[in-house]
Amino acid sequence: MAHSRREFLKIAGISGLGLCLPASTGLISAIAATPAAGPPPKPLAALKAQRWAMAVNISKCKVDCADCIAACHLEHNVPDFGKTKDSIRWITSQPYPVVFPGVAKPRLPGESKPLLLPVLCNHCDNPPCVRVCPTGATFKRADGITLMDYHRCIGCRFCMAACPYGSRSMNYRDPRPFVRKLNPGYPPRTIGVVEKCNFCEEKLARGMLPACVTACRQKALVFGDIKDANSEIRRALNSGFSLRRRPELGTGPQVHYIL
Amino acid sequence: MKLYGGWKIIAGLIFFLLVVTFPFWYGGLKATPPPDLKLDTPAIGQLAEKRCIEDAAFMRANHMKLLVKWQDLVVREGIRSYAATDGKVYQISLTASCLGCHSNKDKFCDRCHDYTGVKPKCYSCHILPKEVP
Repeated sequence: MAHSRREFLKIAGISGLGLCLPASTGLISAIAATPAAGPPPKPLAALKAQRWAMAVNISKCKVDCADCIAACHLEHNVPDFGKTKDSIRWITSQPYPVVFPGVAKPRLPGESKPLLLPVLCNHCDNPPCVRVCPTGATFKRADGITLMDYHRCIGCRFCMAACPYGSRSMNYRDPRPFVRKLNPGYPPRTIGVVEKCNFCEEKLARGMLPACVTACRQKALVFGDIKDANSEIRRALNSGFSLRRRPELGTGPQVHYIL
Repeated sequence: MKLYGGWKIIAGLIFFLLVVTFPFWYGGLKATPPPDLKLDTPAIGQLAEKRCIEDAAFMRANHMKLLVKWQDLVVREGIRSYAATDGKVYQISLTASCLGCHSNKDKFCDRCHDYTGVKPKCYSCHILPKEVP
């Protein structure tokens, strides 16, 4: 029997499909074979909140102090590239006119010394970085933390372009040789991955407050549940007038600066 | 049937087959010995029952899928413990749980990965306990 070209192609196509089938069914059954987790495992007294937020008490923050930065960068194995354009910063300090460009006055009361404020990821209510991330590597947790899944980051840097606060840094180089003291409790990142502040979610899960908050000797940083009317952060915010960075953008930042 | 330029076609086919089957005849019939995996770490020596968190056959076939599931559980869902099928609960951690027992990565993980030619990217970020000074 002579096959026409059309028939030959049909048969070839069907046999090709048949070849694929055993492989895919094997894969499906292997995934289904993964044992289902039993009762929901209970974490060890993790700190929980409806909405985590931070407040910076500007009047208590000392200009020449960098305890929070040092503690954070030590905790999270943040590499130190020096003061370069590609330096990695989870928390850093910026002059007041950079932090609040919209409300910066030409003459500040303490003009003689530049007023530096700690800046970190604002863990926005409406985070633009989450919206632009093509792989879902950056995502929003139910408790308000904007978190990064470094396993999924492809280093496209859309999030860095989207973040109006410059809270994100890219590893343009292998960071491992630049980590001064390796902390085994938190994995460092690799080249080609973006990173940022995570509100110390790994410490919250172990029932501890963020590293910057505990490191601050002036108690200028307050961390807590902003939806809980009796929380420390709500009491701090009730104590005075507070600002947020560029709220007009509609991102809903949750790092408050108490004047 | 006339085959125009037949010798060129046949020579080409033979050359093609030689190239395609190169790995088989070059490697010959000498079989690479299966990797010699060491389970003689102190942590494993102290175990009463020499058993991983699931049985060995499951771990051999599915440890990579389990690790992918673990990374999603910890990072994305905030679940940090794993209930095995026998009801025991383990901390989800590559460096603490897996490498806690298998502290000889170069004689356990790496030997099989080298043998099968896979290059997992786990340790481009995750720290081996012995790397910490």
